[in-house]
Amino acid sequence: MAQAQTQKMRQPIESGCPDGLQYMHPLMVRNFGNWKYHDRPRPGVLHHVAYSGDEIWTVRVGTQRQLGPYEINLLCDIIDQYADGHVRFTIRSNMEIMVDKREKVGPLIQALNDAGYPVGGTGNSVTMISHTQGWLHCDIPGTDASGVVKALMDELYQEFIHEDMPNRVHITTSCCQINCGGQGDIAINIQHTKPPKINHDLVANVCERPSVVARCPVAAIRPAIVNGKPSLEVDEKKCICCGACFPPCPPMQINDPEHSKLAIWVGGKNSNARSKPMFHKLVAAGIPNNPPRWPEAAAIVKNILRVYKEDAKNWERVGEWVERIGWPRFFELTELPFTKFHIDNWRGSRYTLNASAHIRF
Amino acid sequence: MAQKQPTPKNPEKHASYIPQEKKSTKPFHPTPMLDQLESGPWPSFVTGLKRLAHDNNMMVDLLGQLEHSYKTRLGYWKGGTVSVFGYGGGIIPRFSEVASMFPESKEFHTLRVQPPAGNHYTTQILRRLSNSWNKWGSGLIAFHGQTGNIMFIGTTTENTQHFFDEINEYGFDLGGAGPCVRTSMSCVGAARCEQSCANEQRIHRTLVNDFIDDMHRPALPYKFKFKVSGCPNDCMNSIQRADFAVIGTWRDDMQVDQAEVKSFVAGKGRKYVIDNVVARCPTNALSLNDDDTLAVDNRNCVRCMHCINVMTKALKPGKDRGVTLLMGGKRTLKIGDTFGTVVVPFMKLDTDADYERLRELAHKVIDFWAENGLEHERCGEMIERIGLANFLEGIGLDVDPNMIAHPRTGSYVRLDEWDQEAAKWPGRKQAAG
Repeated sequence: MAQAQTQKMRQPIESGCPDGLQYMHPLMVRNFGNWKYHDRPRPGVLHHVAYSGDEIWTVRVGTQRQLGPYEINLLCDIIDQYADGHVRFTIRSNMEIMVDKREKVGPLIQALNDAGYPVGGTGNSVTMISHTQGWLHCDIPGTDASGVVKALMDELYQEFIHEDMPNRVHITTSCCQINCGGQGDIAINIQHTKPPKINHDLVANVCERPSVVARCPVAAIRPAIVNGKPSLEVDEKKCICCGACFPPCPPMQINDPEHSKLAIWVGGKNSNARSKPMFHKLVAAGIPNNPPRWPEAAAIVKNILRVYKEDAKNWERVGEWVERIGWPRFFELTELPFTKFHIDNWRGSRYTLNASAHIRF
Repeated sequence: MAQKQPTPKNPEKHASYIPQEKKSTKPFHPTPMLDQLESGPWPSFVTGLKRLAHDNNMMVDLLGQLEHSYKTRLGYWKGGTVSVFGYGGGIIPRFSEVASMFPESKEFHTLRVQPPAGNHYTTQILRRLSNSWNKWGSGLIAFHGQTGNIMFIGTTTENTQHFFDEINEYGFDLGGAGPCVRTSMSCVGAARCEQSCANEQRIHRTLVNDFIDDMHRPALPYKFKFKVSGCPNDCMNSIQRADFAVIGTWRDDMQVDQAEVKSFVAGKGRKYVIDNVVARCPTNALSLNDDDTLAVDNRNCVRCMHCINVMTKALKPGKDRGVTLLMGGKRTLKIGDTFGTVVVPFMKLDTDADYERLRELAHKVIDFWAENGLEHERCGEMIERIGLANFLEGIGLDVDPNMIAHPRTGSYVRLDEWDQEAAKWPGRKQAAG
């Protein structure tokens, strides 16, 4: 029977990653690798000029990232009517619509705005928040993703459609400490504050115990017999509440409606421009995970952005600005409390301490 | 909080549109919390989910479960094993833990599908993908997930196969999930960016399509990601997110159009240029001449891209282009964050033979890691555990001072083989030209 079924099944075509050229705007195909310069005529619009003299305008659009047939057809209708039928997506889920004539830009933007879609996210703006799946689809989320992003982008709408920041601002959100949202100028991530609650009746059947033990970064998990059944126990004094044991062992529930909090990190930077790439650093924690609009987290983010906007110099990313003014000044200006938890004690942490007499007064 | 929105010109062609007719047979669950995410200027995903719920019962219950998560502040999906015939991965199975309350979305799997390199689409192919998904799934698509996949969110176990069969016929293939080579990403690059120093799409497809077996049949220690950025602006975040980062760069002098420099200075003023270009160079390699032209100390330029980003008309990467390779970037779990480390400071990528060298190196890296990595250990964690020098030996690369920020500061090391190692240096210098 197994064989009969096999014969019926279609063999996959292992074609891998499709060639982008077949879908690319023909003007971009023509000038591939032969671009001369670019400028930004207005927020949300890029203008690239090729050595051939060809020019292309790109209109960048913010979307809800999770798109259904209605949104896809609505946007595609606009692109077919006002643009050239070609589109791409940025790494931060913005749509980029390319047109070959300057005259097409204005009507295209108007049509997008009329349909409720913001144009922006270029240059020194706060662009779309890169985020994860959260409660909508993830198996280990401490919070939602799309909802946090929707709530924050409502608050940061003006910063998306304008280019008023000292430099670009990349915000990320992550629903667990794995941090799928990635490094950000500002990152809003779940931070658990209590050890996992273990359902000992289920561990033996659900979890491969040695892998779970191996997964713990601080060796706080050991095999144990609980109520006569093989299970796992956690040394709660050692436990750093990271949640690494939860994915391989769902009976070790780390998410908690009250004790899974949000933490805010600043100064991550992927680019090599000026300074080398940087990781983001913890600045605030203990923030309630408060759906549907997470107002406490939004207020801290907006405050950090306000201070950055007022105090940073042109071209300074958040991390570079803080390096110039120093962390004491950052905490002074943002009025965020500085605690013992800001001092790193993970491996390599001595390099994060001030080993100098460099102090600002 | 959310400000009131102006009434749309054409409410039927607007992100806030809700159809009059309800085709789904199941009544809606009350969603008072999610409803609050329908106001405000940013397009609302909740309104999108509601539109879909007018069409199908799966989304009616999905909205119910999501509201339940908002109320209880907990997630209710568990994983499992689902794949299409012939593959072992590429699908994220999701079974609801609250299926008794929300039975229609009890199976809500996601298919990870590789987008075209550079994320280029025509409206025609977008509509086609959307139609296929509307037929076999919930209709909801995320463009794109953080690894770079198109995420087709929400279908039953049975329909994963039907949907895959349909889109596979017109050129789309699943991406990676689990301990395998994952879907890759490349920037827009040469297609539209004058700063591109490489053919990102060719690198992307050369690498990832050569490991298609390792993507579809997960059998590696853990995930392995390739990412390709055309210049050191690294728009694909490869240094922090890729096990194998390819970044375009150049080794000759950067191109300077002095007439354009002068016109930039004339437009922006000397103070702006000194404060924002000259003073921001990380290695003090720039100087503004008295005649408003720019002097560049190219030997000390580290290709950071800043001045080129500011003066887009006047400055450009050089012409002798290639790539820098960094390996071992990843996020927190388990040992803490690691950046990628330079393992190849520069290699040309012009000829087929150059690409073959890149392909061979990628195979050596993955073979060595598959052999030596522990279970659930990323390549960067293995490098940390065994040391960069051992990793380099394992993949057949010579040491190079470009790989370090500075030499060792501690004396706790055995140096009995110093003379043999020191004797290799003149040969390496010669080989590097």
